[in-house]
Amino acid sequence: MPKFPSEEWVKEFCKLLNENKEYEEATKNWEGDFLFIVTPDEGLDKEYVFYVDLWHGKCREARMLKSREEKKTEFIYEGPYSNWKKLIKGEIDPIKGLLTRKFKLKGSMMKVMRATKAAKELVATASKVPTEFI
Amino acid sequence: MWFFTSPRTIVFGEGALEYLKELEGKKVFIVTDKNLRKLGIVDKVVEQLKETGMEIRIFDEVEPEPSKQTIERGAKILSEFGADWIIGLGGGSCMDAAKAMWVLYERPDLTIEDITPFEKLNLRKKARLINIPTTSGTGADVTWAVVITDTERKVKLELASKEVVADISILDPALVLDLPPRLTADTGMDALVHAIEAYTVQWKNDFSDALALRAVQLIFKYLPRAFKNGRNDPEAREKMHNAATMSGLAFSNSQIGIVHAMGHSLGAVFKIPHGRSVAVFLPYVMEYNLSEAASLYAEIAEAIGITDGSDEEEARKLIEAIRNLMKEIEEPLSIKEMDIPREEFEAKLDELIEKANESTGTIVNPRVPTEEDYRKLFLYAYEGKSVDF
Repeated sequence: MPKFPSEEWVKEFCKLLNENKEYEEATKNWEGDFLFIVTPDEGLDKEYVFYVDLWHGKCREARMLKSREEKKTEFIYEGPYSNWKKLIKGEIDPIKGLLTRKFKLKGSMMKVMRATKAAKELVATASKVPTEFI
Repeated sequence: MWFFTSPRTIVFGEGALEYLKELEGKKVFIVTDKNLRKLGIVDKVVEQLKETGMEIRIFDEVEPEPSKQTIERGAKILSEFGADWIIGLGGGSCMDAAKAMWVLYERPDLTIEDITPFEKLNLRKKARLINIPTTSGTGADVTWAVVITDTERKVKLELASKEVVADISILDPALVLDLPPRLTADTGMDALVHAIEAYTVQWKNDFSDALALRAVQLIFKYLPRAFKNGRNDPEAREKMHNAATMSGLAFSNSQIGIVHAMGHSLGAVFKIPHGRSVAVFLPYVMEYNLSEAASLYAEIAEAIGITDGSDEEEARKLIEAIRNLMKEIEEPLSIKEMDIPREEFEAKLDELIEKANESTGTIVNPRVPTEEDYRKLFLYAYEGKSVDF
């Protein structure tokens, strides 16, 4: 079972996204890559950074980076490890998470607000990754 | 964690407009439309403001479904004038325009698209906002939503920020006494949709529930009276005015669902007034939602006295009661009745679906629709066919 956060986890996430028809439908017009940043708390020793490239209903690339400076992306979605755990378990709604400042988002808010269904499917897919937390 | 946001003060009831006499400041900027000026409603507000000794400037160029260009033009005039009070006077268009102009006045470094829940606006450094609704339906006097039309993309920008919630809302029933029956019906149905969606979306909460249920009771009781009796029934006018703001508080602090997602889409594509374009979808969406929300609809049904039956039976009776209410106030029960030719409707179907799908209402609806669901819902609502999927 992949550990979160890890390279193995993000690869599995990308694979499941590419198998998910609902995700494909919700994001068929989406173009934009993300940095998903997990900041340390609850026993996580350091910051972890994932690069995920989402393109017209598919995950084109997903990997772990050494630091947030390694790649410039259109969006950055960032939050503490404890909130990522809740998000992956489906205990936090991704948009409500932003409204209540549990997560921060950098990038075009207008573009994201028009793609809330995509955000929901993205998180629903993350919840399907069999995940072991540290 | 969640929060309940509302104006600091809601002034309501007969004579509420007199509250304006108590304002202290130097300059007040009124955002309104030409029709309200012609009807003398702007004069009623100005009359009260004169007693404050403030300098008054009126911007009366807000059109229905205000455009980005109108907002930018108004904000420029507002900036040159330099007000410390802004008054949004009118229906949802005028109040939303006032909110957006206020943001651009306080923050000339921002654009309209920056009005999102994630941007710190830091308002109230230059001015504060008062909203005075002249229709009973939009709830825009108390909400954090701002609907502006991007005329180039032919899309309504659903903007929002907690910071644009007005400081004061003034609900004076005298301002809605002469509302025409058609507008009474359209805006009243808008308020009903707000309350029902607020009570059933995934982000519902105890605070919004309380306001939504009471608003539904008031609307069922007083909307037919306000529609039929007009200015001869001031009680109905006052109760509908209060109900609209209560519904506004309810949905602003929970969310709207796909009735609004579809209504906004239909309104933007076919230029149909907001209340009517939303109302037509309500019974169909409720039928579609039954599998997920029957118990919630039953609770609403019970609040208006429908108590005999299972959850689904009560929910279906509520849907029937809504259809009867719509007939009573002469609202169209299908899109076909809005004189939109079928060929034209079908030609725009993909666009309608795409726009509805972009709304946040889609993901918080009790049942989240696929594109195929949306397609069927639009077609069923066009034909006036009960939803069976």
